[in-house]
Amino acid sequence: MEEIRIVLPKIPDYHKIEVYENNGGYQSAKKAFNISTDEVIDIVKKSGLRGRGGAAFSTGLKWSFMPKTTDKPKYLAVNGDESEPGSFKDRQVFEDNPHQLIEGILISCYAIGAKTAYIYIRGEYHKWIKLMQKALDDAYEAGYVGEKMKEKFGTDFYCDIYIHKGAGAYICGEESALMNSLEGYRGYPRIKPPFPAQRGLWGNPTTINNVETIANIPKIIENGWEWFSSIGAQKHPGTILFGLSGHLNKPGVYELPSGILLTELIEKYGGGVLNGKKIKCVIPGGSSMPPLRGDQLEGIKMDADSLRDAGSAIGTAGVMVMDEDTNLLKVLLRITKFYHHESCGQCTPCREGTGWMEKTLKRLADGNGTPKDLDMLESVANNIEGNTICALGDAAAWPVKFMIQRFRNELEEYLKPEIILPVKNKVHSMRNTVNPLSTILR
Amino acid sequence: MGFQFTEENIARVNKAKSKYPTSLAAVMETLWIAQEQNGYISEEVMSHVAEVLQIDKVNVLSVVTFYTMYFQKKMGKYHIQVCTNVSCMLRGAYEIWDAVKDKLGIENMEVTSDGKFSLEEVECMGACGYAPMIAVNENFHENLNKEKVLEILDSLK
Repeated sequence: MEEIRIVLPKIPDYHKIEVYENNGGYQSAKKAFNISTDEVIDIVKKSGLRGRGGAAFSTGLKWSFMPKTTDKPKYLAVNGDESEPGSFKDRQVFEDNPHQLIEGILISCYAIGAKTAYIYIRGEYHKWIKLMQKALDDAYEAGYVGEKMKEKFGTDFYCDIYIHKGAGAYICGEESALMNSLEGYRGYPRIKPPFPAQRGLWGNPTTINNVETIANIPKIIENGWEWFSSIGAQKHPGTILFGLSGHLNKPGVYELPSGILLTELIEKYGGGVLNGKKIKCVIPGGSSMPPLRGDQLEGIKMDADSLRDAGSAIGTAGVMVMDEDTNLLKVLLRITKFYHHESCGQCTPCREGTGWMEKTLKRLADGNGTPKDLDMLESVANNIEGNTICALGDAAAWPVKFMIQRFRNELEEYLKPEIILPVKNKVHSMRNTVNPLSTILR
Repeated sequence: MGFQFTEENIARVNKAKSKYPTSLAAVMETLWIAQEQNGYISEEVMSHVAEVLQIDKVNVLSVVTFYTMYFQKKMGKYHIQVCTNVSCMLRGAYEIWDAVKDKLGIENMEVTSDGKFSLEEVECMGACGYAPMIAVNENFHENLNKEKVLEILDSLK
């Protein structure tokens, strides 16, 4: 498949404001301000742009949920928390194309009627926060952001953009937790409904979009929705920033049309597996998405619908490749440890479940497990999934559930056969006894 | 006298406050500024932050204890963060973790006796394609192996 660059064009020094301006920068905003907000939303809707933060929800539709008539201030929050293991694409936008992101924010704010936008960037990205702040300061100085916009663009509309620095919490990438964090609270997800478009930041209508999503907006306005919707997969058009990691020769971020074959992505762009080994497992969308077996990969296309049909999900398009020598039990333990660490602790199934899954997997990895433990793990995972306020519960449950479903034989290699012992204290070891419960209790 | 913001930092705090409709929302940035000045967030710092922002102390405490990047004790001059999450682990992060631990002779979240180094096992830092990685204070070091990591540690004076 041919490379197409929308979010990360190959233009040297594109991150500098003068280079961006010389390449038609900030002209899309001007174009957008001269058409009605409804039209802008309509263009984005028709373009088929879907959120790049994991849920792949229609961006235009999300914008249209914002109330038109309200006295309340409206907000845009740009999600650059990017903490999903395997995902490292937004930092490339901060580094290489900050002005397109800023321009995208201006257009988005205009469309939804927001006067203030916050870019939430994870605290670990000290360097990229500074780069983004520099770009923002330059844009303010040039009059593209803030009150000076009125003069620069000759419109009544203006908005302010601020950067909010996180401080180390994966959960803040969840939109409602992000809002609580922005408001100065712990990053606890909120119960929905009410949805952010009704009650978001400080109780006001709010839209939350991913960095990559917003960075697409200026080009859609510039080239039209027909152009955008013709790129890549029909139902999930545009390019996607794929983050390739793991056992590959050339890991890194690659911008490619959606719908590209997973095998092409790995072989052609990722340079194939290290030392020419076979693939045992691929997680196609960041650590919380269901893993795929090496023999399942043929013909899988990288867009939301195709991956769903293949039994996984596009997520943040962080593709993690594991070779044939990988110990998947250790991988699963590491993933589960992460979710245990990051569980905010509000909901019991997630707080307790992630902890027990980690403990159990640790025991298995230490060589003290039996195949029955895998059944128990599946049951714990099933009891977390769908029973929590936010999707972190599901994110923790899926890897466990699907890893066991798809790699059971593989995992059992590290386990002992079921212990069947005649034991003295029958009541305390019912689980491992050959006798049915009824004979013990008699 | 306990912890006090410098004049310059008071100006930065005021600027942070101006970004949001409530002063509570400025608590994260104010704590960052405080940590930069003091090295870590002590109880005194929390009291002062609460006072400056005119918010409840419990709000400050709840934020400090939730976010992992606010230190509640003095850390080393060089805070070494080793990512061991999946992408890094696949490319040898645990070898690096063991090597750093051996070299410094400390465990997770401990500080060397001379106060020069502290060590933390961190979750994914967003450098998966350039794994394995460590961060020294605010700087990322990527595409590492054991030898390179030891070189980096030796270069820190």
